[in-house]
Amino acid sequence: MNRFPLWKNIVIGITLVVAFLYALPNFFGEVPAVQVSPIRTTEKVDTALLGQVESLLKAANVAYSGVQLSGNSIKARLASTDLQIQAKDVLQKGLGERYTVALNLLPASPAWLSAINAMPMYLGLDLRGGVHFLLEVDMKAALEKAAIRYQNDFRAELRSAKIRYGRISREGDAVSVHFATRDQRDAAINKLGTAFTDLAYTAEDQAEAFTLTARLKPEAEKQVQEFALQQNITTLRNRVNELGVAEPVIQQQGASRVVVQLPGVQDTAKAKDILGRTATLEIRMVDELADPLALAQGQAPFGTDIVPTREGTLIAVKKDVVLTGDSITNATPGFDNATGQAAVHINLDGSGARIFKDVTRENVNKRMAILLIEKGRVEAITAPVIREEIGGGRVQVTGMESAQEASDVALLLRAGALAAPMQIVEERTVGPSMGAENIEKGFHSNLWGFLAVTLLMTIYYRVFGLFSSIALAINGFFLIALLSMIQATLTLPGMAAIALTLGMAIDANVLINERIREELRSGATPQAAIHAGYERAWATILDSNLTTLIAGIALFWLGSGPVRGFAVVLCLGILTSMFSAVTVSRAMVNLTYGRQTRLAKVSI
Amino acid sequence: MLEFFPFKKTIPFMSWGKVTTAISLLTFLFSVWALWDKGLNLGVDFTGGTLIEVSYDQPANMPEIRGALEKTGLPEISVQNFGTSHDVLIRLPVKHDANAAETSNIVMSALQTADSTVELKRVDFVGPQVGKELYDSGALALLVVAFGIMAYLAIRFEWRFAVAGMLANMHDIVIILGVFAFFQWEFTLTVLAGVLAVLGYSVNESVVVFDRIRENIRKMRGATIPHIIDDAITRTMSRTIITHGSTQIMVLSMLFFGGEALHNFALALTIGIMFGIYSSVLVASPLLLMFGVKREHFIKPVEKKEEAVV
Repeated sequence: MNRFPLWKNIVIGITLVVAFLYALPNFFGEVPAVQVSPIRTTEKVDTALLGQVESLLKAANVAYSGVQLSGNSIKARLASTDLQIQAKDVLQKGLGERYTVALNLLPASPAWLSAINAMPMYLGLDLRGGVHFLLEVDMKAALEKAAIRYQNDFRAELRSAKIRYGRISREGDAVSVHFATRDQRDAAINKLGTAFTDLAYTAEDQAEAFTLTARLKPEAEKQVQEFALQQNITTLRNRVNELGVAEPVIQQQGASRVVVQLPGVQDTAKAKDILGRTATLEIRMVDELADPLALAQGQAPFGTDIVPTREGTLIAVKKDVVLTGDSITNATPGFDNATGQAAVHINLDGSGARIFKDVTRENVNKRMAILLIEKGRVEAITAPVIREEIGGGRVQVTGMESAQEASDVALLLRAGALAAPMQIVEERTVGPSMGAENIEKGFHSNLWGFLAVTLLMTIYYRVFGLFSSIALAINGFFLIALLSMIQATLTLPGMAAIALTLGMAIDANVLINERIREELRSGATPQAAIHAGYERAWATILDSNLTTLIAGIALFWLGSGPVRGFAVVLCLGILTSMFSAVTVSRAMVNLTYGRQTRLAKVSI
Repeated sequence: MLEFFPFKKTIPFMSWGKVTTAISLLTFLFSVWALWDKGLNLGVDFTGGTLIEVSYDQPANMPEIRGALEKTGLPEISVQNFGTSHDVLIRLPVKHDANAAETSNIVMSALQTADSTVELKRVDFVGPQVGKELYDSGALALLVVAFGIMAYLAIRFEWRFAVAGMLANMHDIVIILGVFAFFQWEFTLTVLAGVLAVLGYSVNESVVVFDRIRENIRKMRGATIPHIIDDAITRTMSRTIITHGSTQIMVLSMLFFGGEALHNFALALTIGIMFGIYSSVLVASPLLLMFGVKREHFIKPVEKKEEAVV
């Protein structure tokens, strides 16, 4: 009765081999590597670049142990971290600004394991070091920005339809237009209603004034918010590319949040600065007639905003935005040919170039302000006088304090504008040494705990205890293999969960062993006792594991970050333990005792 | 056969009902008092704020660090040693302005100016909104787990078992929280995960005993309910000790080798395991008696046809 059919033994054997193979890569560790990827995600890497990377490394006498093309990047393995940094410098210099060269770690497992897709688990930030940010997009600002755009569009539309209008004002995300007569107002509603279908219009009659107020329809509002989030994610991706991070994670979380994970980033202040910066550029005309004294008292002339300049003076700029950062196609740092001052050279897209040309032609000898808006603070970087019409969409902006600042501003402009400001609402940074320490701690917790449990089990249950311990070790392999197969991210709480599941998984074997003992005590033959022990313990094992599974699922559902990792391991561990504790240990018992028909005694 | 617990006779656990109820009640009240009077020492995960861990090559010069930080003008900075004399933990309360995320940069640059050997080990910054969300979803998780397990027990056993099991385990949870409040140990997300795992784990203990009770009810026809329960507990005693012993070994291993990051997690589990054993045996089962569990709840009585009374 205690014999498995051959197929069952074979299935168990195969699962063991598979589990062992897929768990194996985790024990080889990692080798330092450099990763080359193009800054623009649309660009592809090819074998030509691969050859270039190899020849660059050879020319600089940097020994490498393999270059491979994977995904949209080229990875080169190096023998040490010193060589890694050397290689990074060599490649960055040789390949120029079109590519980013990032430090990375690659699995050190042999090629045949990678060939069967056996990869190690991905290490979480708390184990490899790096930064985790949660950014919240300011949706109110996104809606206001949309309203500002409509404000300008209304003006153009009404002008081209030759409808006379008074003042166009904006309050929050609502745009109001004032008219002298009701007919004009109604004509405007008709005209605008067909031109801008995303808006809901309400008419209001006041003494001497007729107004219409436009507001985004709820579904359009949702669309604006979704667009803002997507645009911000794209912008973040570009900025992260500029930072040169090997395997960044940029993901939407919920309706208004973005998760950014940058493994291995050391200079967190710089990363935070670049990511958190909501720098947008706006070009507006300066109101020359404004009285400096009134400005100092905070009284802005009608239709203007007061903005401080770099020199510390105040100027009034018109509320109408000539151009925004959206029109910028490229920005590079450089120097002004005439003065040698630090400058940023900006290229504009087609429509931006056209608008810029028109505005500069119409406003020769007037001042134009270039505003940098950062974290809600507006500052005029420079407010030059327009000497002549500027065509061709090439603009040079001076007024930066240093070459470093010019290059920072260029980077921000090039990486695109954010559709709406973002704020860091959560940060988790783990230094590189801390990561290594955490791995060691997690590993030792598991190792010593496991050895102590094995000792206890073997002393208490003898051969059956040994079987139980082997089953427990196999459970560990199953769990690691499964986590590796689904490419789960291992975190420190995850490692704690492995230790905890190992401690709890032994429960199934204890239940079985106790049952067998009981059956023996009540006079059953060893074979019958083994059989009954496994059969009767099963219902209890199932019940007790399912309650823990309920807790695990709730944790996964409601938890975040580290708690989730803990929950995944806990749930998977329960599932694998039911197989290893019941089936695998039974197979060992069956193979040892099952064939002896007259078994007089078992070691339990 | 090596047996730590060769119980030949059934131990009369149920007759200790008064004593165990008194003990439970006292510890429970003590925990409630600690929670009410001192409250949980919630970590930045839940309160929001900034936590920075740094280490130095030589033992940290605390007055110098404090002095450097005071110059930043940031309010209410707390500085303390953490683990060893080389490691320093800096806490800042949550700030309600847009640049709260910059706090850690300001602190780090101030520390670097004072002593360039400082090494950043960890920064946790949690905004007030996120902290509140984590707190809410944590509380929700606790409720969902409790009701999920109760529903499962009610389906698999009977409602009396479900309620008894759940009360016993909530009693464990309150005691863990009470101890954390009393000693003012920091309560973080990881600790919460540990508490929830305890909830699942310690119900598991009750399930094993309940399973035996159900089996005994069917088998031991002549016995009284208290005797049936005593027998069930006695027979599962050895398993209880070995299983929890093994789990506790793993937890102790985390406590000793897991470092500061897993320290409080392991503490929560240790308390959970200890009280889990106690409550499953000496709280859940007396409750079961109190709720009046009967043989008929598991064995369908032969239906007697009532005769119509004229």
